[in-house]
Amino acid sequence: MNTYFNKTYIIFDRELRGYFRTPLASIFLLVFLALSSGMTFFLGRFFERDQADLIAFFSWHPWLFLILMPAIGMRLWAEERRSGTIELLITLPVTNTQLVVGKFLASWVFTLIALVLSMPIWITVNYLGDPDNNVILISYIGSWLMAGAFLALTSCLSTLTKNQVIAFIISSISGFILIMAGFSLILSAVRSWAPVWITETISSMSFLSHFSRIQMGVFDLNSLIFFLSMIILCLWINIQLVQIKKAD
Amino acid sequence: MPLKLIDANNLKKSFGNFIAVDNIDLAVHRGEVVGFLGPNGAGKSTTMKMLTGFLEPDSGDILINNIDLKSYPLEAKQFIGYLPEGAPSYSDMEVSEFLSFVGKMRGINNKNILNRRLDDMANQINLKDVWNRPIETLSKGFKRRVGIAQALIHDPDILILDEPTDGLDPNQKHEMRDLIKNISKNKAIVISTHILEEVEAVCSRAVIIANGKLLANEKPVNLGNNLKQKSVLCILLSNKINSTISKEIKANLNYKNVEIQSVSNTSGKILMQGDEKSLDLNKIIAQLKKQKLHVVEAYFIKPTLDEIFRKITQGE
Repeated sequence: MNTYFNKTYIIFDRELRGYFRTPLASIFLLVFLALSSGMTFFLGRFFERDQADLIAFFSWHPWLFLILMPAIGMRLWAEERRSGTIELLITLPVTNTQLVVGKFLASWVFTLIALVLSMPIWITVNYLGDPDNNVILISYIGSWLMAGAFLALTSCLSTLTKNQVIAFIISSISGFILIMAGFSLILSAVRSWAPVWITETISSMSFLSHFSRIQMGVFDLNSLIFFLSMIILCLWINIQLVQIKKAD
Repeated sequence: MPLKLIDANNLKKSFGNFIAVDNIDLAVHRGEVVGFLGPNGAGKSTTMKMLTGFLEPDSGDILINNIDLKSYPLEAKQFIGYLPEGAPSYSDMEVSEFLSFVGKMRGINNKNILNRRLDDMANQINLKDVWNRPIETLSKGFKRRVGIAQALIHDPDILILDEPTDGLDPNQKHEMRDLIKNISKNKAIVISTHILEEVEAVCSRAVIIANGKLLANEKPVNLGNNLKQKSVLCILLSNKINSTISKEIKANLNYKNVEIQSVSNTSGKILMQGDEKSLDLNKIIAQLKKQKLHVVEAYFIKPTLDEIFRKITQGE
């Protein structure tokens, strides 16, 4: 059991360090911090709202992640397939599950670093007023879980291609569909022909509605479980896809 | 009989309608170096990929050190070191980092042992000069050596090298062959190559694969001898050749497989099938001089690997 986690950790460690080996990590972190605070202050009207909370900050996360998570995750498998290193990985004494989980965790922890670096905004809001820090903590956890779901989806889809750009595009489009799933525009289009349970399933898949519930500070177990099961489902498909696509 | 480290039976693999490997049996014992010869797409790489557990055969079974690769992949893979075609590696990593990553993945958890293995690799494969350089900045030769080093890092019993000398300069090729020879005593090694001399230099057995089938499985010496008979003596003449002259030449030489061609108004060519042993060059030239023909050049053309394959695959 120990060696099982050990191998996963070695994969995780290599992958996480990989982000910092290129300028990608610093560029990503800068873009994330600039966009998230820019949106908070300019689009979210942080000051005009005159409220000591971070709703203006968190409400943009689904849209930010829609672009940024595919950017982090696009290389996870596409690059292994392009460079042929997938052959090296698969012939090591390691299971596909260990590979998929190790790689995913690296990208997920990387986004955790980004979220932690955004904490000055938390400090600011505490300095300016008296926010409900429980709500903010839950929002951070929810945001990280949502990021994980986007990343697991990207990781899974990046197995389908050797081209990182294609991986990025299909992941963003799929993410967009999942965000929009709860919008009445989409739902009414589906409702006209599909049975109710399909409409409800689709609406329950919406990242946006789950995240906005968490964001309100409702410790909504359903939504947390939703993101977790999304991660597990995507990674499970990812493991199958690695097996199917490895030699293509 | 030494231990059978690789024992593969009835391996079959197809991709769609294309049969890549068709019923191949292969056994490799400790101490053997087996050379896979074959044109691209013959099934060499596919066979190697199945032996290393990268691809699952459609049917047939593979025993690695008596462990069934299909049922116990993790256990069986421990015994194998593998250099995939093109020697892929993580180009953004430094050589030392990459080798220590592979070492750890291969189960070398003890830091002292890992460091000792890394030192061994640096010395044995001559990687000291590039030890702390990112792999992407290395020449093709060094990249290939890094690939060999990652295959050897855990000192495996079985080594499977897909075109280990491809892209190396002649000195490096020589070094690589010496290295393979040196480590071969206690290992079972399978290499694939396009180069016939390489097989003669390092392999104890040559296996020819074409169209997914195993067509020859013998000592390289036999393979070599087999081929020399099919080499051709080419003699260039600075004389005009017409049908009378060529009839005269044929009569004088009195040899079965002679072909005479007119190249231009002032030159011609004689082609005779045979090698240095079966043809006496001095006698032939003397013979031609008598006929007042002027020999400009004479040389033996050895068949290329491609020709051998064509011949073997066409059943000649």
